[in-house]
Order: sequence, then structure tokens, then C-alpha cells
Amino acid sequence: MLEARGVGHRHGRNGPWVVREVDLTVAPGEVVGLFGPSGAGKTTLGNILGGYLAPEAGAVFVDGAPLPRRGYLPVQCIHQHPELAVNPRWPLSRTLREAWSPPEALLGALGILPGWLGRYPHELSGGELQRLVVARALGPKTRYLVADEMTVMLDALTQARLWRTVMDHCRERGVGMLVISHDVALLSRVCSRTISL
Amino acid sequence: MRAARTVFPGSPGLAGLRLAEALGLGSRRGRWLWAMGICLAVFAAVPVLAWLLGDAGLEPDLLARNQPPSLGHLFGTDSLGRDMLSRTVHGLVLSLRVGLLAAAASSVLALVLGVASASLGRAADGVVSWLVDIFMTVPHMVLLILISFAVGGGARGVVIAVALTHWPALTRVIRAEVLQLRGALYVQTARRFGQGPLAVAATHMLPHLLPQFLIGLILLFPHAILHEAALSFLGVGLSPHTPAVGILLAESMRHLSTGYWWLGILPGAALLALVKCFDILGYNLDRLLDPKTSQE
Repeated sequence: MLEARGVGHRHGRNGPWVVREVDLTVAPGEVVGLFGPSGAGKTTLGNILGGYLAPEAGAVFVDGAPLPRRGYLPVQCIHQHPELAVNPRWPLSRTLREAWSPPEALLGALGILPGWLGRYPHELSGGELQRLVVARALGPKTRYLVADEMTVMLDALTQARLWRTVMDHCRERGVGMLVISHDVALLSRVCSRTISL
Repeated sequence: MRAARTVFPGSPGLAGLRLAEALGLGSRRGRWLWAMGICLAVFAAVPVLAWLLGDAGLEPDLLARNQPPSLGHLFGTDSLGRDMLSRTVHGLVLSLRVGLLAAAASSVLALVLGVASASLGRAADGVVSWLVDIFMTVPHMVLLILISFAVGGGARGVVIAVALTHWPALTRVIRAEVLQLRGALYVQTARRFGQGPLAVAATHMLPHLLPQFLIGLILLFPHAILHEAALSFLGVGLSPHTPAVGILLAESMRHLSTGYWWLGILPGAALLALVKCFDILGYNLDRLLDPKTSQE
């Protein structure tokens, strides 16, 4: 169980709260949506859950224990901008295998072509990079996935294909997902319940 | 290049084009590699030339005083009849040695201080940034003269003075780079994948720092050479008997108005060419190491 208990965040001691008093749970295998207008703090909350940001108030727990500070984090984030999530000086084959070696079948299902792997990040589009980033984050030690506007840069067909692959993969392995989006249609389609910020 | 590819078979341009393609000149990458190779060859040629010319030209020959450039003396002779080509080449060898030592010491200092400043916490950052500010506010030349004078002048003084005054700019660059890298999403993500701080530094940060360091080192080189020349010119560097470019230029000042132009212009042009070679080397290495440009 991934839990946020009374999580709040603000920048500076007297700044306004960006996220305040949020309680949230994601069970293994469950797909939860997080909806909110622009600026509502969706990404901030996602970053707190993924351990990128220490909350000012409250805490995040995985199976009752606080988020581990070292070792592979069971909660993995997929961010909105894949071009920032890959090292521009690494060939993509190295980036893809940074955390684990994704099987050929998964790469095929995500629509990753073998020809991309010899290239560098600036030679691929945002949507192509995002598929590599998704494959990288789906390792066996990932128990929860925070997908922050994961598919906004993709066309509708590729979006559907990517979601199908990720959902199948997570269902098979009992990975819980938090889907952050402002797209109501997407959330109602993939999530079993949705939280509004 | 694109226009040249449409040359019809049999036209005279084709053979030249084929030759260019075979030598790798068709791509920018190939041209960069050639340019770097030529620069390295120039650096290697200087000590070889000094060895070939020997010390003979450094002795005074009062029968051949103040001769303009000729086939016997390509750079002419000075007022004591010494061959200016020999003196210039020996001077450049000394410049290269001083420049290499000073630039290497300076950039290693910059790397250590820059990385320490960005990763050892606020106190270390404060101290290093303060030192950088201090060294940057004092006029360069004054500091160079003071340090060189304090350690007793000579080649050693020049090396120490240049090394101690040239680290601040590169330190700032490396500090900024490390700070930026630490905040980068891919570095943070690597930590979430369970990689330790040292592993992340070695695998993710080093590929970004290495080009900065190498290019900083190469671009410090001309600075070091020019400052060596400047210090010697001012009289606090090398002794006036050593054939150094700075000394040659200082001597030539006295003869500029009397029409002995070759005494100043030819050694000056040789120094300029050497410095420009370093500039070209650094610039091309930068583009070659960056994946965004290296495949062109």
C-alpha cells in the first residue's frame, strides 16, 4: 500500500501551501487517477510520492514504512518531460538499461524500434523518448508507478497503445498506479477511482 | 559541399571531390579531426624544429648583424647577429613547456575547488566563492607580477604565478556545471534507481565535466603562454639570456622605430599562430565531444 498521510508542501517557511493536508492511498494493482486544474499541485504531489521532494508536512509510506532513502525506490515516477529525464551525453541503449534490461517483448509492445538505441536523446522526439523512459521505469522492483501527464506529447493511437501496454504490465505484476492528468476522459477510461485536488 | 556533389562525371572537379571524400573531408566531423591533427602536428613540430636547428644560431655572429629575412636566415638576425628563427623556435619550446605546466596545474586546481565547492556544502562553497571573488577583483597582471616576484622569478616563478591566477574562471564554470547536474532530473532519477552518489558522479556527471575540464585546460594554454611572454617582457619573468618569446618581443621594442621590423613581427606572428592552434584544438574538441554536434 502506497500511502500519503497529511502531506503538505510550500516553498519557504511563509509561502502559500501548494499542496495541503492530502491523504491518499494506492493499493497494489490499483489504478488511481489524480485530477486537478493547472497549478493545483498535481505534479508537486507526484514528486513527493516519488521521493523527489521532501514534504513540509506529513509523510509518505510504502507498506507502513517511510520511503527508503537509498537503494531502488519502489515508487517510480514518469515525468511530463522525458527529455529532462535522460542524460544527453549517453546513448539511449545505455539509458534504457540503466535500471534493468527490459525484455524484447516489452520494447516491441511499447513501439520502441531497435534503431533508436544507438542514437542520442536529441535525435529522438519527445514521444519516442517517453516510451524509452517508461520502459526504463517498469523494472521488477517497481511496485508503484506515478505517471505524471505521461502521454500528453503522443498522438491518440500511440497514447492508446502505450496505456494498454503499461496497464497490462502493471496488472500482471500487481503494480499500483497513480495517474496524474487534467484529461477527464483519459482518467475515466483507465482509473478505477479518481481523486480531485 | 552539397552544390559540389552535383558535379557531372568526367568534369575536372570530380577527382578532387573523390579525394576529399576519401580523406574524410566530406563531413564536418572529418574536417574537425583533420584540423585537430594539424594543430597537434604543429605542437610536435616546434620541439623537433628546435632539435634540428640546434644551438648554433643562438651564438652571436658579429659579421651578420641586423640582416633582414633571407634564405640563410628566414627570420633575419638581431643586433648581435643571432639567428632569429632559432631564437624564436627555442623560445616557443620554452613557452610550450611553461604553458603546459601552468595550465595543467591551474585546471587541476580549478577542478578540485569547483567540485568541492558544489558538493561539500555551504561552508565550502562560501570559502571557495570568496577566494574566486578575491582573485577576480585583483587585476590579473598585478597579481602575476607580485607572485612571480615573490617566488624569485625565473621559469618556476612564471609557472607558479600563472597557475595561481588562472583557476578562478574555470572553477566557476565547473562549480556551476556540478550544481546544475546535481539538480538535473536524470541525476535525481538515477539516485531513485538505487545508484549511490559516487556511482552517479562517475557515470552521469563525469561525461559532462570532462569536456569542460579538457577545453578549459586547452584554452588556458594560450593564456599561460601569453602571460609568460608578458612577464618576461616586463622583466620579472625569465632571465634576458634565455631565448623566450617575451624576451624577444621586449628587445624588439627598441628597434621598432629603426626599421628592423622582423625582430618583433616574425616572433610575434609565430606566437600568435601557436596560440591560435590551441584555440582551434579546444574549439574542435568541444564540438567533437558533444553528441549534439559530434555526428555531423
